[in-house]
Amino acid sequence: MLVFAVTLLVFSLLYMMPGNPIDIITDRKVSAEKRAELVHQYGYDQPLHVQYVRWIKKIVTEQDFGQSVRYKVPVWNLMKDRIPRSVKLCGWSLLIEMLLALPLGLLAAIKKDSFYDRFSVNFTLMLTSMPSFWLGALLILIFAVGLKWFPISGFEHARNYVLPVAALTAGSLAGTLRLTRAEVLEVLNEKYVTTALAKGLPYRTVMFKHVLRNALIMVTVSVFMSLPWLISGAVVTEKIFGIPGMGNLLLNSIVVQDFPVVQAVLLLIAILTVICNLLSDIVIAILDPRIRIAIGGGDK
Amino acid sequence: MSEELLRLEHLSIDYKVKGGYLSAVNDVNLSVNRGEILAVVGESGCGKSTIAHSIMNLLPGGNEEVEGKILFKGEDLRKYSRKQMEAIRGKDIGMIFQNPLDSLNPVYKTGKQVEEAILLDGIDRVQAWNKVLELYKDVKMPDAEVRANSFPHELSGGMRQRVMIAMMLSRNPELLIADEPTTALDVTIEAQILEIIKDLKKTYDTAIMLITHNFGLVAEVADKIAVMYAGEVIEYGDVFEIFEKPLHPYTTLLMKALPRKTKHEGRLQTIDGNVPRILDKKPGCRFANRCPYAMEKCMENTPPEVFVSEEHKCRCFLLEEQAEGKEAAE
Repeated sequence: MLVFAVTLLVFSLLYMMPGNPIDIITDRKVSAEKRAELVHQYGYDQPLHVQYVRWIKKIVTEQDFGQSVRYKVPVWNLMKDRIPRSVKLCGWSLLIEMLLALPLGLLAAIKKDSFYDRFSVNFTLMLTSMPSFWLGALLILIFAVGLKWFPISGFEHARNYVLPVAALTAGSLAGTLRLTRAEVLEVLNEKYVTTALAKGLPYRTVMFKHVLRNALIMVTVSVFMSLPWLISGAVVTEKIFGIPGMGNLLLNSIVVQDFPVVQAVLLLIAILTVICNLLSDIVIAILDPRIRIAIGGGDK
Repeated sequence: MSEELLRLEHLSIDYKVKGGYLSAVNDVNLSVNRGEILAVVGESGCGKSTIAHSIMNLLPGGNEEVEGKILFKGEDLRKYSRKQMEAIRGKDIGMIFQNPLDSLNPVYKTGKQVEEAILLDGIDRVQAWNKVLELYKDVKMPDAEVRANSFPHELSGGMRQRVMIAMMLSRNPELLIADEPTTALDVTIEAQILEIIKDLKKTYDTAIMLITHNFGLVAEVADKIAVMYAGEVIEYGDVFEIFEKPLHPYTTLLMKALPRKTKHEGRLQTIDGNVPRILDKKPGCRFANRCPYAMEKCMENTPPEVFVSEEHKCRCFLLEEQAEGKEAAE
């Protein structure tokens, strides 16, 4: 449902935009008649709903996303090479985010009001306030141009990914860390933590098994919800670091009004968003038995 | 006299609050003997729970200042390290909390939470699980096996409190601190839980420190009673003695506030006023502002603890007056 709504919206917006892809592939020397012929050939003169239905039909029946107007190749071929690069970027970013944010957030909550806690709270506030494109530019300036530790752009080697992943991770890492800290602080006040201590469990066991386990519920949901956000963040990051991934493709295609490509990429993002939401619902049910009952529609 | 298990000596606990110190517990001296039930009674906010938590070193942390000694089998628990405390908790001293509804972790099955405690003693899983089922039967849990595999939210308040009791008795502690174990439960369940506690005391010979504001409950189960008011123990002694002959005016008034079956006096008696928040320690009796017998010296001097008999003590100037009166008469 949501996927259809998004594609329809994008379709209409592109439809309303002045000009059409034919303007880009032809130049002024091409006669008006020839241009009209091309427009007709690609089907851009037909009403919105006809175009939309035709597009959807092709995807569903033939798995055909159409032809790129600019590159003159099937859209799928364009995406095929680019998806792994984007997934690599986002995947690493997500992994590092989780590996760092959870323990650091837990530590900040346990050592509340200590120097470390204050430092991490303020430092992460700074990170969240930094737009990723600015941070990306800053990282390039310091580590690539200044210190020459890492290449400025490219995508062939692991070294190429260090700076983009850092730029992409910073914001979400900070957010997740702060959320973890807040959640842990809340759980620490719960009575069952006292119970767990009262029955003689070691402090460390209580922290990991009882506190972090409960704090994780909200954190996991938030991470899953922020996944689409991470993907869109990658759009900007990919552009800055010159990684030819999905984000870069999307941006370039919008600029040149390559409708079929824009459509396909946005469709993919929409589907991802829906899947992430669904996954977060499933994961929360696994983590929290109280919700499991509600979904199962009664006790088993 | 049986062996002394727990002894509080001059225990004072202050909470740091805005504008000074809130005196939650002041100069409390109490002891619990092996196999005995001591009831600590008092109004809300008189420091009962604070004492209970301080024994386990489970106070919220950060803003309290504790003075005095907490002696368990002769050793001061306040000098114990975190590791040593962890070894004591659950194993030697168990604790049941006021509100069973949120005292269990919502994401684990109740049986697993009980098992977790048993496993600390290095017992293998199969045995531990069998012990859990056994304990569930001990606390009269219907359908023990089903309940052990249920999550806390699937159980009623009474059942959850049974789980708590099973959990805290799983390692046979010598002392059980029950912090208002029945306050959140309805009356029929309350009676059942009390039966369980009494039975368990008999079978395991556990000493129990029962914290409550319910005098009826005290009469039912306790051996000794300590009446608290505004952070101080104002009267302590044998249950029968205190019910027969309460000495402190506050105890007397509390007894009068009990609903009784026999006399139909119309409205219940109440004590005017509220428990004061003691912000700064000042000399003077803390009950003076509500006491019908308050004298001038009650406002200025703190009454000392006077032993009326070997086991019965009270903090009130009236006792001195009576003693003087007696002397004068003689």
